[in-house]
Amino acid sequence: MDFASFLIQTLNSLQYGLLLFLVASGLTLVFGIMGIINLAHGSFYMIGAYLAFVLTSTTGSLFMAILLGVPLALIFGAFLEWALFSHLYKRDHLEQVLLTYGLILVFEELRSLLVGDEVHGIDIPAMFNGSIQLSEVLSYPVYRLVISAVCVVLAVALYFVIQRTRLGMMIRAGNHDRTMVEALGININMIYRVVFALGVALAALAGMLASPISSVFPNMGSQVLIISFVIVVIGGIGSVWGALAAALIVGFADTFGKVLLPELSGMVVYIVMAGVLLWRPEGIFKKG
Amino acid sequence: MNAQLLLKLVGLAILLCVPLTGESFYTELIAKTLVLAIFAMSLDLLVGFTGLVSFGHAAYFGVAAYAVAQLSPKYEAASLWFVMPAAVGISALVALFVGLFVLRTKGIYFIMVTLAFAQLAFFVFHDTPLGGGSDGIYLNVKPTASIAGWMPFDLDNQTHLYYFILAMLVLVYLFLGRILQSPFGRVLVGIKSNEHRMQSMGYLTFRYKLAAFALAGGLGGIAGFLYAVVFGFVTPELLSWHQSGNVLLMVILGGMGNLVGAIAGAFVFTGMQEVFGTWSKHWQLIMGGVIVAAVLFLPGGLAAIPGRIKRSLQGGGSNE
Repeated sequence: MDFASFLIQTLNSLQYGLLLFLVASGLTLVFGIMGIINLAHGSFYMIGAYLAFVLTSTTGSLFMAILLGVPLALIFGAFLEWALFSHLYKRDHLEQVLLTYGLILVFEELRSLLVGDEVHGIDIPAMFNGSIQLSEVLSYPVYRLVISAVCVVLAVALYFVIQRTRLGMMIRAGNHDRTMVEALGININMIYRVVFALGVALAALAGMLASPISSVFPNMGSQVLIISFVIVVIGGIGSVWGALAAALIVGFADTFGKVLLPELSGMVVYIVMAGVLLWRPEGIFKKG
Repeated sequence: MNAQLLLKLVGLAILLCVPLTGESFYTELIAKTLVLAIFAMSLDLLVGFTGLVSFGHAAYFGVAAYAVAQLSPKYEAASLWFVMPAAVGISALVALFVGLFVLRTKGIYFIMVTLAFAQLAFFVFHDTPLGGGSDGIYLNVKPTASIAGWMPFDLDNQTHLYYFILAMLVLVYLFLGRILQSPFGRVLVGIKSNEHRMQSMGYLTFRYKLAAFALAGGLGGIAGFLYAVVFGFVTPELLSWHQSGNVLLMVILGGMGNLVGAIAGAFVFTGMQEVFGTWSKHWQLIMGGVIVAAVLFLPGGLAAIPGRIKRSLQGGGSNE
């Protein structure tokens, strides 16, 4: 592998890992704070991608689609938390698995009814539709760099919100000991709703950003969901920074796995997870 | 004779009569349901009795199905007495190996990790020459039951196959019932209700859980074997996480920790699939809606309904 193609694969790994982080960060927070296993989280990624498709075809620009789509996803998330998930907090994991599994079926069929089962493509915005020449034959698309940059900005913003704001303080406290937070007079239900809506919006945004390069297709959520589970397992439940590190590990393992061990490509990520389980069953970043 | 046993015998008698109707469509449908019922019972050993919520049980179902397809010669029949134990043994061994990893985790982790390992198994059959890609493999000739020229029954005959599957269902049911009455089974139930207490009583719970996991994998393998024989082909979809989700659904529908419930769950599931399927091609929408509603309004599954009716009759509508 020469340097230019190594650079391309590294950039691809970063972009894929950072995108997965957007999905997994919401998942890990919902696990950590609410103690809920949400199988439907991958559907939010799918919904985001389809929103991008529908809104781009009506407004004519992906940028507008994202501007409209993210608030829609936030509202949708808050609504779901109110209507369904808020009834699950005191139930056991099995019932959570069941309900969210049912939701996947509902979302996929609604998608099929409303938008159909065809694969759709979305054009890369003209502004970013170039590529950077790395060597005489190899070049790198600008849009992928844009995705990585947006993800980095979001990760920094998430860091700022969680570590530096009052809301973040409450989220961290809720992650640690929710009964105590309630006893201190903080409205934990409001925090649940905000965190859940945020998780939905991040996953949907990941789907919107990825839609021009991955295209939009049925069941696109389930693969992302399972990979996000792997990330949460590697990073440790409830740990956002664990999820970031694990997402990058998975991004690199998957991308370089495809290049170096093509016949094992689908499996590399899971083998990494098995190794982590042997070494630290609670995830790399779980304290104590 | 108590009422419960009588009900079970009536159920068995009805199942015995199905092929006599001569309706080959329904015989095949119920044969398929019986296979799923065996699969659901095997998972119930983990979910309902040991308290291990496995979301990757389809892996062992699929591994056994692929084992039959791979171990059978292309154009002649394999011996049933070889392929069946081999397929079941392989799925139990795979479960034993996976169990070594997944049983190091608990709770939500366990659910996610079993799912991830099933996905790994899915990719093994989807991507490597072992599985023949996404199209799967045909099992051209069903295994033969002949022993040294004598043929006790013929799996190519639909009625024989039906009774063979029904016999396996009864055997698995009796076997699991026996296991659960044994000291081993009592330990599993103890682990479900309080693992720490079992540990402090000196039980090495990891070994018990591992044994249960491998056993459930092997029994799930029986179902996978039968599935491959009934349908004559195997695809990676058998190991997909939808399959794992569906079987978990059957167990929960029937009420966990109840073997007859698991069988009933398989029937209700297939019934819903058939009924909703004739209404609309988007039947999964109704199915999903039913699941969501059931969790919200019907905790405890179908098996809890008789108890509720009884309580509301006795309590005269007062609070529980």
